Amino acid sequence: MDSTQYKLSKNNHLKRRWFWALLIVLVYGWGIFGINFSKVQSSAGAVTRAVLMGIVQPDWHYVYQGNGEDLVSVMLQTLAIAFVGTIISAFISIPFAFWAAKRRQRHFSVVSTSGRVILAVVRTFPEIVLAIMFIKAVGPGAFAGVLALGVHSVGMLGKLFAESIEAIDIGPSESIASVGGNAVNGLMFATLPQVLPAFASYSLYRFEISVRSATILGMVGAGGVGTPLLFAIQTRSWSRVGIILIGIIITVTIIDYLSGWLRKQLG
Amino acid sequence: MRIPKRTIAQRFHVRLVGSLLILIGLLIVSNKFLRLDFNALIQNFDQFLALLKDMMHPDWKSAPFVVQPMMETIQMALIGTTVGTLLAIPAAVIAARNVITNKWITGAVRIVFNIVRTLPDLLLAALFVAIAGIGPYAGVLTLTIFSFGMITKLFYECIETIDNGPLEAILTTGGKRSAMVVFAVLPQVYSRFVSYILYTFEINVRASTVLGYLGAGGIGQQLQTSLSEFRYDQTAVIILAILVVVLAIDGVSNFARERLQ
Repeated sequence: MDSTQYKLSKNNHLKRRWFWALLIVLVYGWGIFGINFSKVQSSAGAVTRAVLMGIVQPDWHYVYQGNGEDLVSVMLQTLAIAFVGTIISAFISIPFAFWAAKRRQRHFSVVSTSGRVILAVVRTFPEIVLAIMFIKAVGPGAFAGVLALGVHSVGMLGKLFAESIEAIDIGPSESIASVGGNAVNGLMFATLPQVLPAFASYSLYRFEISVRSATILGMVGAGGVGTPLLFAIQTRSWSRVGIILIGIIITVTIIDYLSGWLRKQLG
Repeated sequence: MRIPKRTIAQRFHVRLVGSLLILIGLLIVSNKFLRLDFNALIQNFDQFLALLKDMMHPDWKSAPFVVQPMMETIQMALIGTTVGTLLAIPAAVIAARNVITNKWITGAVRIVFNIVRTLPDLLLAALFVAIAGIGPYAGVLTLTIFSFGMITKLFYECIETIDNGPLEAILTTGGKRSAMVVFAVLPQVYSRFVSYILYTFEINVRASTVLGYLGAGGIGQQLQTSLSEFRYDQTAVIILAILVVVLAIDGVSNFARERLQ
């Protein structure tokens, strides 16, 4: 490379840097000055202290009261919502995954692309809007939450399932076909045994996420711990908020560990 | 030719059948807490269909009113991701076992991160609306904490995979730990950090679209209003706007991340 060429390329490099720097400055300028910040309310400090005090001195009486309205019962209901929702979505996801999985040796196909687009739309559709829609159908309560999670999770599970279908070894299904097996045999003895562990592992992973989602679905009235939490925040009973937060943190941590351990067992 | 023998457990699919039985058992237990009523679903399904029908006819006249809140949503995600990242970089360095060799410190810091990560976005939003009041402030605070939890984990795991040679080289020639972080750790992780930040920004944009539902600013506010007024035709416009923005930002961010590699 002679010196002029070197200079030119260095010049271009510099220009590119300036371009990116300017772009970032513009984007941040727009972000910071465009946003309409109203004043933080004056009680912010006092409320923050109250929330922290609530966590330090939680309302232990709420943990178990035996009337089905206590923390243990609503937490178990939250887990049940996530569990049933995940099972439903895992079953719905299987046909969608086969639809969206790319066929061999083809870069573009209408079938798989349309499947992918549908899954992307389902993934992006806000969960709480789905929950509100299902509340119209089945009334407020845990059932709406189950249905919302069952539908929403398909977007993510379908995508992950489709990727694991694409990654399988086609040898076994080819050998079944070559000794005269039909499509059902291929599915039963070659495809499913290869993808089922991955499906189970991804479903467990989604269950972890769904537990987190189920804790907030109650804020729109779809069952679980979100309803008493929002109520406690609105009535400013901070020791109640504290115990619910502790309950959520402990439950989510335990579920993450259990699910992580199970996923390791699956390989 | 010998046919491979299968053990009794394999022959009767003990693991598969066992896990299925456990699943069914858990489903029955779950139903005790849920009391699923499929009759209600069937009976009210026409209401659900009516709602869907309303959503099929978006009220395009309301589209201009969606633009400004949508911008606010993206701005909230941008600031939240940035502040969260700025807080997360030093925190992740403290949690990385190859930088801080004291196990007690990394362990304690990680417990805090794990706790932060268990809290979902809307829960944080509800808390911050109570603390900071209704408006985008609450949203930015929510997204700051939310992205902090996500980024710290990605970052410290990334730092732990780097080549330790340069780190040791600086320490053995008498460099300070701060010099080690700046000259040996950060240059190795820089491009992956940018990629993670973009990824977090994508997730934050998704999250910030619903935060307003609880009063934390952005398009969620409009979403809440249209739903409570039963104007599902307007809800449809908002959801379409969310779809377009989220997919566009995902696309740009994916493109940038691929270019980085």
